[in-house]
Amino acid sequence: MKGKWLDETFRAFAFFSTLIGILVLCLLLADVLKDGLPRLSWKFITSFPSRRAEEAGILPALVGSAMLLVLTALFAFPVGVAAGIYLEEYAPDNPFTRFIELNIANLAGVPSIIYGLLGLEIFVRAMRGITGGRSILSGALTMALLVLPVIIVSAREAIRAVPKSIREAGYALGATKWQVVRDQVLPVAMPGILTGTILALSRAIGETAPLITIGALTYIAFLPPLSLKALHSPFTVLPIQIFNWVSRPQEAFHANAAAAIIVLLLLLLSMNAAAIYLRNRFQQRLE
Amino acid sequence: MKGQRIKEKALEGIFALCASLSIFTTIGVIAVLLFESIAFFREIPISRFLTETQWTPLFAEKHFGIIVLASATFLTTAIAMAVALPFGLMAAVYMSEYASERARRILKPSIEVLAGIPTVVYGYFALLFVTPLLKKLIPSISGFNALSAGIVMGIMIIPTVASLSEDALYAVPRSLREGAYALGASTRQVVTGIVIPAASSGILASFILGVSRALGETMIVAIAAGQTPRLTLNPLVPVETMTAYIVQVSLGDVPTGSLEFRTIFAVGLTLFLMNLAFNLLSYHLARRQRRYRL
Repeated sequence: MKGKWLDETFRAFAFFSTLIGILVLCLLLADVLKDGLPRLSWKFITSFPSRRAEEAGILPALVGSAMLLVLTALFAFPVGVAAGIYLEEYAPDNPFTRFIELNIANLAGVPSIIYGLLGLEIFVRAMRGITGGRSILSGALTMALLVLPVIIVSAREAIRAVPKSIREAGYALGATKWQVVRDQVLPVAMPGILTGTILALSRAIGETAPLITIGALTYIAFLPPLSLKALHSPFTVLPIQIFNWVSRPQEAFHANAAAAIIVLLLLLLSMNAAAIYLRNRFQQRLE
Repeated sequence: MKGQRIKEKALEGIFALCASLSIFTTIGVIAVLLFESIAFFREIPISRFLTETQWTPLFAEKHFGIIVLASATFLTTAIAMAVALPFGLMAAVYMSEYASERARRILKPSIEVLAGIPTVVYGYFALLFVTPLLKKLIPSISGFNALSAGIVMGIMIIPTVASLSEDALYAVPRSLREGAYALGASTRQVVTGIVIPAASSGILASFILGVSRALGETMIVAIAAGQTPRLTLNPLVPVETMTAYIVQVSLGDVPTGSLEFRTIFAVGLTLFLMNLAFNLLSYHLARRQRRYRL
């Protein structure tokens, strides 16, 4: 009956393996909440960073993350959707199209820090006149390139899920290709595209390495002006602020890092909730 | 009607341009890395880059042995895969062979949550939770070490391995399993004797994709493994990976265009080539798995 014992151990180990990730996640959350919750307050969210840990806050980082999110979406969403439309509705099945597809798949596997090196050379150095160097604009352009493959892939999936019959009804009424895409396909696919875009952007919100590489600052004691000049302003984001606090030896700063992590995770959680809500609506509409 | 047709053509052109942006991005990455690396190798011969055993570009006496950073990257990656492969594969086995359809629909997305946590959060966890825990078991371990960073990175990569392996296991034809069950085999015997061998290419592909994730991972190692370039395979002391070095230089005030500045592109090129090799290998293996299925 040794085999029976082995079978049970094997099954138990497999079960444990599916749970280990979730267990670690709970440990991580408990650890962060224990260290960070006492530090979390309205003052923490509305204060500037400081050399004294108890007075430091995350305001510039939060504003930077929000601006980066909006700008990245502005660049990446239209381009990603257009690319998705092209690949699903227009592209002929030829080597060039397949080359584009292979490229997109490959770009999704390039380490994010390499995008940082690309942004540093192209946006920060070569296009300094337009982007203002180490600015929030350079950061958003770099992030847009980073999330573009993800947005394209999800846009394609959403467009592909639109039933053929809907398109054919449009053509039967004499609509042109663009009219069918604009009036029939996109309205049905849009919640799906938005879901993918939000998930891609939530990746951008958590990214640190490429922004460090293009020279986002770790200490910012002002907010960008309320004008177009804000695009050229130096910036920081939540993950970089967290990194900065984690890297310090004093424990008081570690508590700040934990509190900032709570804010970051809440932000991600609400973005994911929005994505799930949209996905459910999308599925209902398809049925 | 003519205006309409021109508009249609123009739109198609714009859409095609957006799609080909991916090609420009790839060209951009390669051009930028090559351009700066060539400038670097003009000053420092590639033989020094490949054979020196010290990495001290920021000191007065400069050495440029990439092996120092590469060995640290190799070390953290190996530790990560030692965690991610067994747990990821076994999680895939559970979901594909044991779990009910309903349980599978709950388990799969909850494992995926791990992949959505920002890496800087994992870095915090590695440095301030896992390292102190390890210190209780191994008192001699340093505050920064490859072991803690590697373990946490492995946990982060579990979803990558689990998800792709599960696809491969799930795709093994039912009839192969039924045959073995009919001979009285247990689920464990079916899994280890039939399903895993049949899905081996797909499992290997998931493993290699995990490796390429680990090679490029930055924040966990920059926070928890340290920034001390050292040629060692000892997981208990501080080391500096290729990615951590790029972060270190980016945070400092090295003037752009200097030799020190160019080192990050030479390191980036090395990382890019290693990563590309693993990605292509994974892609190739996954395709072989698909062929096998037919």
